[in-house]
Amino acid sequence: MKRLEDLEKKINSELTTKINNTEIKHNQIYIEIDKEDMIDVATFLKTNQDTKFRQLIDITVVDYPEQNQRFEVVYLFLSHEFNQRLIVKYSIAENEVIPSLTSIFPSANWMEREVFDMYGVPFKDHPDLRRILTDYGFEGHPLRKDFPLTGHTEVRYSEDQKKVISEPVKLEQNYRNFDYESPWEGTKYIKEEIENNDKKN
Amino acid sequence: MTKKIKNLNLNFGPQHPAAHGVLRLILELDGEVVEKADPHIGLLHRGTEKLIENKTYMQAVPYFDRLDYVAPMNQEHAFALAVEKILKIDVPIRAQYIRVVFCEIGRILSHILNVTTQALDVGALTPSLWGFEERETLMTFYERASGSRLHANYFRAGGVHQDLPKGLEEDIAKFCETFPKIINDLESLLTDNRIFKQRNVDIGVVTKEDALDYSFSGVMIRGSGVPWDLRKSQPYDCYESLDFKIPVGKNGDCYDRYLCRIEEMKESVSIIKQCLAKMEKGPIKSLDGKISPPPKAEIKQSMEALIHHFKLFTEGYRVPKDEIYTAVEAPKGEFGVYLISDGSSKPYKCKIRAPGFSHLQSMDYLIKGHMLADVPAVLGSLDIVFGEVDR
Repeated sequence: MKRLEDLEKKINSELTTKINNTEIKHNQIYIEIDKEDMIDVATFLKTNQDTKFRQLIDITVVDYPEQNQRFEVVYLFLSHEFNQRLIVKYSIAENEVIPSLTSIFPSANWMEREVFDMYGVPFKDHPDLRRILTDYGFEGHPLRKDFPLTGHTEVRYSEDQKKVISEPVKLEQNYRNFDYESPWEGTKYIKEEIENNDKKN
Repeated sequence: MTKKIKNLNLNFGPQHPAAHGVLRLILELDGEVVEKADPHIGLLHRGTEKLIENKTYMQAVPYFDRLDYVAPMNQEHAFALAVEKILKIDVPIRAQYIRVVFCEIGRILSHILNVTTQALDVGALTPSLWGFEERETLMTFYERASGSRLHANYFRAGGVHQDLPKGLEEDIAKFCETFPKIINDLESLLTDNRIFKQRNVDIGVVTKEDALDYSFSGVMIRGSGVPWDLRKSQPYDCYESLDFKIPVGKNGDCYDRYLCRIEEMKESVSIIKQCLAKMEKGPIKSLDGKISPPPKAEIKQSMEALIHHFKLFTEGYRVPKDEIYTAVEAPKGEFGVYLISDGSSKPYKCKIRAPGFSHLQSMDYLIKGHMLADVPAVLGSLDIVFGEVDR
């Protein structure tokens, strides 16, 4: 399919119920699906003659801690044949197990390990689900929004014990997050005050 | 009497000159033949993505220099393009040419490093001595434009930070005249060299299908005969108006990838020449005061300029709620940025897609059945830089 609009139609007509929503923006197609359909959708995208998304570019997760379905899993695909990019997304709750794509795209292996390491999302049927980027024995999932920027532990060489040890982070000065928003556009507390006053009136 | 033979586990790295950085590779050896390779990465992990979520868009740029630190500006380019697309701003034509010139300089920087260190890994010392002299010249160009040899922090959403200093264009043009001879010299040392060929031909062969399956990009996929280059297929900035060729390999082995890199350097020189010829005087960054800081002289005179300057360097510019994936053809392959903005002046999420990550992943597939001595050769031709693999 040369044109994105045709591709959108094709995907909608072939996968019908599996697709929740499609959208074209920035010259890319964004597709929303359910977790259970991921394997079918990926197989279709890879093998169908009119799509041929042969390459999985990346897998990542976006964390929205305030939502019930906390994590949004994002898959980026590329079709060399038709020179198109496609993004597949679905939302999951914390601790939900999601299917692994390693049987369809071998390159998914490390990408899924990274997602597991950074967000703590477990994959079903992954051949080798270990941490990848963080240290051996690391605890926590750094890219979650509730993980502090400074982390929980720091390492140093201990002269007494003659080895590298890790300790809880001690900061001389806390990380400061300034509120730079223009006062005349309304900072958060002013906006809240105005809203409250409006409600009272 | 029968003797039990056990496979040997060998720890290659993290402190090994041929590991190209901090790679810990656990090899399972049967005699001298590699049965299994398990790369342990993350020793250079600095949490770039987490840090970017806590910085304004302008403060995020220097982190991109520190990814693939042998071609810093190519990374900045991907981020600048992503922000520009969300903000829907146009980049002045001069800025586009400047950016392309420096991206191609970055490509040459990266390819010189890779070709010569790969030669070093398989036993040739001289190429690295000749090549690094040229790298030094190129880095002075970086320094003259941005003030820094390596971590440039030069590209901005909407253009570049400042205009080129007087005389730099002429000096780059002079370099373009002399550099092809250096490439020829390097080639005379390596291309027909018996030892170099013995160590690289038919080593680490990647088929077309596997190159696609393992998410290869850049030279790794072109070496296997797939004519795919984002500068041609999904052109960004002024690449569309430039005339250049895409070298493609035939056998997908280490030697073909070496040849591709050499040819790409020649193409880069021609691209730089074309850009310098087409470059005209003009603005070098977006004229929108809400995005680019005003000139220093104006700050002294105009109240509005002063406010803009203050707001840009404290709060930073705000980017409307959107999401986008943008990729550029970095020297090592497809370097992408998946950016999610939430309307504030800091990115909500910025996922960095590094080409080296998927290349290194295939180490087990590439090296299985090869000899131990082939490990550095294959690793060298993958063109791994740990800044981007570990992020």
